[in-house]
Amino acid sequence: MSPRPASMRTPLGRVLGYGSARSGTEHFIRQRLTAIANIPLTIGAVLIVISLIGHNQAAVAQILGSTLVAIVMLLFIISTFYHMKIGMQVIIEDYVHDEGAKYALLILNTFFTITVGFASIYAILRLSFGV
Amino acid sequence: MAEAKFPSGSGPAARPLSPHLSAYRLTLTMAMSIVHRITGGALYVGSLLLAWWLLAAASGPNAYATFQSAASSFIGRIVLFGYTWALIHHMLGGLRHLVWDTGHGFGPAEREWLARANLAGSIVLTVVLWIVSGYLMGGLR
Repeated sequence: MSPRPASMRTPLGRVLGYGSARSGTEHFIRQRLTAIANIPLTIGAVLIVISLIGHNQAAVAQILGSTLVAIVMLLFIISTFYHMKIGMQVIIEDYVHDEGAKYALLILNTFFTITVGFASIYAILRLSFGV
Repeated sequence: MAEAKFPSGSGPAARPLSPHLSAYRLTLTMAMSIVHRITGGALYVGSLLLAWWLLAAASGPNAYATFQSAASSFIGRIVLFGYTWALIHHMLGGLRHLVWDTGHGFGPAEREWLARANLAGSIVLTVVLWIVSGYLMGGLR
């Protein structure tokens, strides 16, 4: 025991609110998880895109809206856009040190990935449901 | 406490910083590291092209024709070729990182081999994909 403690707060009180030691790796793990998912999904999406080259809109719309293709494309979009969002977050945090600019860019990053991601998802769903 | 923050100009004396990028000779693995980040950033912007393609397909023949004419133009093809390479390169680079995550591949010979395989693989695969695509299109109409 130190003769004059600097604070009356307990060790538990000092760390409460900072999160558990097990949760700090969430970002890292999600980046890896989406990276692993992206590999088969990217191969699938690339094969789908290549098979659609040169077709007219009616054929492309029909194939993109078919069950298996639509599901692969939806999973591809969700996994890659999530991966993109957390990847760009790391780039912003690495290079932008001004607090205001950093938070503005982090917000824009979230808005961009959600907007472009949901626009892509909307297109696939519209083709699938034939609206 | 607010006093802990030094106002600009009145901080402690400038201390030597650890050497940064400019202090080192550029090596292949260093270049590949930054290329992985650059291709990731390029794919981020390129996602707009994916969204455009999907929305055009969902919108109708006119919107799709607009996309097709842009995609098959000279600049469009260069952009899409770059997009393909960035995608394949970032994917293979990601595989390299996943190998490293397991604690393997850090030796001097291994990391050099991985970097070369990453670069060569991405170029070869991109060219092969475009040859296959050109064949499917009937000789790049």
